[in-house]
Amino acid sequence: MAVCVAVIGKENSPLYVWVGSGREELHLHYLAHTGLDVIQEKVAAVSKTPGDTRELYLGLLYASEEYKVFGYTTNTRVKFVIITDAANTTLRDNEIRMMFRRLHNMYTNVVCNPFYIPGEQITSREFDRGVAALVAGN
Amino acid sequence: MAEEAVFDLVHMEAVSYVFQGEKISEDEAVAKLEHMGFATGYRLVERLTRESGRFKDELDIMKYICKDLWVTVYKKQIDNLRTNHQGVYVLHDNRFRFLSRMAAGKQYLQYAPRYLAFTCGLVRGCLANLGITCVVTAEVTQLPACKFQIQVQRG
Repeated sequence: MAVCVAVIGKENSPLYVWVGSGREELHLHYLAHTGLDVIQEKVAAVSKTPGDTRELYLGLLYASEEYKVFGYTTNTRVKFVIITDAANTTLRDNEIRMMFRRLHNMYTNVVCNPFYIPGEQITSREFDRGVAALVAGN
Repeated sequence: MAEEAVFDLVHMEAVSYVFQGEKISEDEAVAKLEHMGFATGYRLVERLTRESGRFKDELDIMKYICKDLWVTVYKKQIDNLRTNHQGVYVLHDNRFRFLSRMAAGKQYLQYAPRYLAFTCGLVRGCLANLGITCVVTAEVTQLPACKFQIQVQRG
């Protein structure tokens, strides 16, 4: 069960952060933010090793005692971060990939909205519902 | 196919709409078209790069523009890509879609830039969203062939 979902924009500004009810928001925001450093390392590392399948999913960024942090980057420098409970072993890698794909699709739909200015916070209700379904569906 | 005509026709109308009115200057109108192209390209590339893998470097992105983007939008690839490896890229299209409906040769040369402004903006918008700031200009010497020059702003 995902505990936090974050969409971070190009200049590392948060566009959308959702935190599960009853969780420590600030701590999770902090975790998502430190995940960005790891994302940056991974992205820089991949560009030096040719022959690697360059996919958008970055995998487990790091794991602490309580939480596991997964990352995904798009070609347009937008990053998605999903944080789950470390104790939750039922969520497999494939499922996390599927969640990121769906998140990417939802984000693309938001960008195509003429009333959404890229770089702003995402306030779309459709996106909210989508994230709720995403988290509940697993 | 009839669907291809829709984009051509809308683009034609956009160009003539923007040039309406006596007080509008050529530069203003072209700037408007370029801005339209920019916004379109910016949002479009978000959707189009969803499936493609991560780009390795700038040249990779340029190749993507010449192949995938051009095929998606104009149903053909760019015929020639040249670069000086210092941030300048020139894209040659020997039969640009929006110019192919006009008489080949030099008859409408003075009007050709109007039909290239949207595309310049489109390319600039795509590159901007992929993280490359640049200036895109177009040049026509003989319809329907044209050249797009991309100058990457570094520093």
